Amino acid sequence: MTLLAAAREPSCYSALVNEWWCAQYVEDRRGDIVAATTEHLQITVAAVVLGLVLAFPLALLARRYPRLEATVLGVSTGLYTIPSLALLPLLVPFTGLSANTVIIGLGVYALTVLVRGFLDGLRSVPDDVVESAVGLGYGPTRLLFKVQLPLALPVLVAAMRVATVSTVALTTVGTLVSYGGLGDLISHGVQRNFRAELVTAAVLCVLLAVLLDILLVVMQRLLTPWTRQAAR
Amino acid sequence: MSLFELTWQYLTTAASWTGSGGLLDRLAEQLLLTVTALLMGLLVGLPVALWLGHIGRGGFLAINISNIGRAVPTFALLAVLVTADWPGPAQLGPYGRAGLATLIALALFALPPLVTTTYTAIREVPDDVLEAADGMGMSGVQRFWRVELPLALPLMMSGVRLALVQVWATATIAALVAGPGVGAIIVSGFARNHYSEGIGAALVVAAVALVLEVAAAGAQKLVEPTRERRVPAKVRAVVGDSL
Repeated sequence: MTLLAAAREPSCYSALVNEWWCAQYVEDRRGDIVAATTEHLQITVAAVVLGLVLAFPLALLARRYPRLEATVLGVSTGLYTIPSLALLPLLVPFTGLSANTVIIGLGVYALTVLVRGFLDGLRSVPDDVVESAVGLGYGPTRLLFKVQLPLALPVLVAAMRVATVSTVALTTVGTLVSYGGLGDLISHGVQRNFRAELVTAAVLCVLLAVLLDILLVVMQRLLTPWTRQAAR
Repeated sequence: MSLFELTWQYLTTAASWTGSGGLLDRLAEQLLLTVTALLMGLLVGLPVALWLGHIGRGGFLAINISNIGRAVPTFALLAVLVTADWPGPAQLGPYGRAGLATLIALALFALPPLVTTTYTAIREVPDDVLEAADGMGMSGVQRFWRVELPLALPLMMSGVRLALVQVWATATIAALVAGPGVGAIIVSGFARNHYSEGIGAALVVAAVALVLEVAAAGAQKLVEPTRERRVPAKVRAVVGDSL
């Protein structure tokens, strides 16, 4: 018995070896890693979508009533200043220890970046284009959706990239309420001094951010073919 | 009692604030960490960014350091630093447990906003102003000290402000790796199901963050009262108010 155990090589993630990178770990715990990554992705996407859904009407309001703009930007910047580890506890009395706490908290951060993205984007639409559209008989709604929003897309997508990449990173903090996706693996790794686990989770976090970033760039290129022609 | 009442009770009890590991103790620790890390970031980041901006090189690096800083989770970097043989979780004087690891992470996360805004600030100085300086016979050093730096200062200050907010946030997260700061009370409160403590400490962290932001905005106003205080959209798109 003892001979058999000694003959077996200790795996690279055993407590004795504790290597930073260990393929054996990834293989053995594939289920956990996939589950954490899926949760991470779900929380991130939900938070950014929530941010978008809230930012759009707020940006329209700020545009319609310029006096509101300073208030909207001021309040959202104030919220943005609050560290993530403090914002999540402040939401707990309302949303409990759930994924919603993380989604709403990160949605608030995304909101700040996205409201500005919408405003800067709409501002980047040339006045003469808007005038031409009005001259062609476009009503306010059609003008917004057919002319202004498409032309605002490059600036808006730039804001979405910033919001998405930072949301991926911030999702890890959700581990405070046990909904941190890959952050839960990092947390567990720190507590158990388990290097392979925390490094794998950290690398996956960065990869996820890079992949979503690339996805947004590709999406923008497909949606705004005219920007490619202008660059040529 | 509701959670709100419990939180209020926690915050209004003198014992929560005083004593070792109390709110005041942790607050002082976190403020000390923040100031030290910001100074470290300034010492390292400013000379490099100013020089790169002055010679007009390394824009790719200066811009992309912000993108990298945003993609790497603070928590992950802290976790690696604490788990490594060096700096590890060792106590560092008044900086508390894992003090060195926390300081390194904080200073690293202060760099992106500092470097990107400083570089951009120097590059944003209008070409005709630079030409005028050259035409007046200024040397490179004179041009830097008398023209570029004063004109860049307001925008540079907005970078310092972003860095301050960033460092304060990161210092809070250090608690997730059993590090120092007020975050430690938040994390231990949640770990022991004493939610009122966690929420009370979170309120303190949020309040101080807002005070720091307002103070930094005031300081920025002093540097150049006539200028627009908000970060220009172009810079924001790059720096992205990263937190």
